[in-house]
Amino acid sequence: MNETSDNNPLRELRKLQPRFSGMESGHRACLGCGEALAARLVTEAAGPDVIYANATGCLEVFTTAWPESAWRVAWMHSLFENAAAIAAGMEAALKRQGKATRVIAMGGDGGTFDIGFQALSGMLERGHNVLYVCFDNEAYMNTGIQRSGSTPHAAATTTSPAGKLRMGKRHLKKDIVTIVAAHHIPYAATASVAYPSDIRKKVRRALAIDGPTFLHIHSPCPLGWGHDGSLSIEVARLAVQTGLFPVIELERGGLAGVMPIRELRPVTDYLAIQQRFRHLFADNARAREELEHLQALADHNIEFYQLRGTHPDTRDTEGADTVTRGGMRWA
Amino acid sequence: MQHALEGSQALARAVSLCRPQVIAAYPITPQTHIVENLSRLVADGELDCELVSVESEFSAASVVLGAVAGGSRAYTASSSQGILLMAEVLFNIAGLRIPLVMTCANRALSGPLSIWNDQQDSMAVRDAGWVQLYCTSNQEAVDTTIQAYRIAELCELPVMVCVDGFTLTHTLEVIDLPESEQVDRMLPEFRFERALDPLNPISIGTLVSPDYFTEIRYSHHSALLEALPVIEQAAQEWQAISGREQPALLRCSGPEQARIGILTLGSVAGTLEAALELYTDEPATRLIALRSFRPFPSAALQVACEGLTDLVVLERAVCPGSGGILGSEVRAAFSEVADAPRVHNFSVGLGGRDVPLDIYPRLHAALRNGDGLPYAILDLEPERLPASA
Repeated sequence: MNETSDNNPLRELRKLQPRFSGMESGHRACLGCGEALAARLVTEAAGPDVIYANATGCLEVFTTAWPESAWRVAWMHSLFENAAAIAAGMEAALKRQGKATRVIAMGGDGGTFDIGFQALSGMLERGHNVLYVCFDNEAYMNTGIQRSGSTPHAAATTTSPAGKLRMGKRHLKKDIVTIVAAHHIPYAATASVAYPSDIRKKVRRALAIDGPTFLHIHSPCPLGWGHDGSLSIEVARLAVQTGLFPVIELERGGLAGVMPIRELRPVTDYLAIQQRFRHLFADNARAREELEHLQALADHNIEFYQLRGTHPDTRDTEGADTVTRGGMRWA
Repeated sequence: MQHALEGSQALARAVSLCRPQVIAAYPITPQTHIVENLSRLVADGELDCELVSVESEFSAASVVLGAVAGGSRAYTASSSQGILLMAEVLFNIAGLRIPLVMTCANRALSGPLSIWNDQQDSMAVRDAGWVQLYCTSNQEAVDTTIQAYRIAELCELPVMVCVDGFTLTHTLEVIDLPESEQVDRMLPEFRFERALDPLNPISIGTLVSPDYFTEIRYSHHSALLEALPVIEQAAQEWQAISGREQPALLRCSGPEQARIGILTLGSVAGTLEAALELYTDEPATRLIALRSFRPFPSAALQVACEGLTDLVVLERAVCPGSGGILGSEVRAAFSEVADAPRVHNFSVGLGGRDVPLDIYPRLHAALRNGDGLPYAILDLEPERLPASA
């Protein structure tokens, strides 16, 4: 394919990019699935000239029951733990062929934080020109809500249940974006499905960079987190507003930007509407201690990343996704 | 042109002649020299390709899978633990019908640790759905690598070229290296119909329900069986181009009137050929070097064994709790054949134990004893067994 020719169909396709969606409706995701929404937003922002490598997980399963597929983009699923390596191979092939087509790898938190971590680290270290997107719903949802390295402290899952002796998961959520940024890649960022224009902006920013980039999108799972499907956006927004999920950007390992919190909320506002934290609201000392613990984690994030907004801003937690005239809505 | 080359060096040169666009590999003894030689060819500008030095064999196999899906010819090589680490990907590559070529420098599996040659590693992935071709010499390894790309790309199947670690990979031989025009005649520019293309987007590797899975497995099985004539065709094509005689599914040698046959995989065939000339007092023996283990050439094997009363299957692997692997498959191939030879099955040379020339008279002695029925380890040293055994 001659990339410079005037009647290049790829170039024509790229012109359609703002109206392009790479993932059709009619897939089999649950009502209110944060991952499905986040994945659609990523494909919209990335446009059609992309090849995708998808790790095993909900996203792969609910979009492709053969002979049907929800994907309108060139898409491949190989295994659970190798999306980053598959993407690296695709990128090497495209580079060899002199093509400008971009490669995006997609995985859940299981495929990214845990089983696929080695392949991800290798891909980042070798500097492949790949955007890796992690849809983080904080447990192995595809197999039925088992704990992952991303499950937050004290959350109940089927393998970290709350019981007479245990208050849910005993360990902390792995700080994946910091670990990824420690590979000194040009760009690593977190985002939340509650802020679509922020996701779009970050996808475009990542794809404009030559080199490995990483986008970590917090994506509620109504089934796994135990909230109504209609509350997914609200839950996701509260995770950011409480400071439990900081929305940040890192360049070459250094902090380059944060989404400021305009109206700081206590962690209990976020926890109380999810069944996975139900045991933290029992009337006992251990529950109170865990709530304090989680508030302390949020306070640490707020302090560490300086998340408190000093003045209202169109890019803060209240402004980032409200419709503003002539402004930031489509970023 | 003739060159004195180490097996790994010759293999790297052969791979280079096939013009791979992406190479991904992780070093492991005894495959290391292949990767090192390829890296040097790239560093010197003699091989123009993307060399991806991955962090594990698992990623090596994944990178070449992604590269072929992205539309490029790809190559990897591994051995032993590396083959096991990439096993999940190997099954996936074959199931997705991805045409690529890999060299397996055959080595024993741990534990206990052994870095030396046997064929347990490629046997462990015999059900992965790859074509498996075994080489008896480095010349054959060079020729087979070139044919492997032809077979892979005609059949949309991955091909594993099995080369005995150390015995072949680290041995200096005079190799007739083909000219690049010859290889180009054999291998047209790489074109993969199902390569991912944004202009013609397809989904590869979807979830498949029980409604279709059986049919997909059947078509994979059929594709391997249909590869049998393609392997023969590739051998003929390369014979015409190279001017060297090429074995196809198997290679038969020894006297026509022989009533005893010995069947092996890999470099042991070379040892036996030399032994046949040395030990002329032994009964006439036909040698069969099986080249294609997957697909398994039952019909060709039956023809090759016509007139035999006894067939010795000699293999460098063992299935604990069962016996021989190749032996079981050979017996199965003869299960419906009248006047089939009696199959004696021996393992030999495990974990690098030397297989010397006198293995040949020892085999004949074992045969006279009626050993290897159904199975025995020929070179077992009982005095070295642990006390508890």
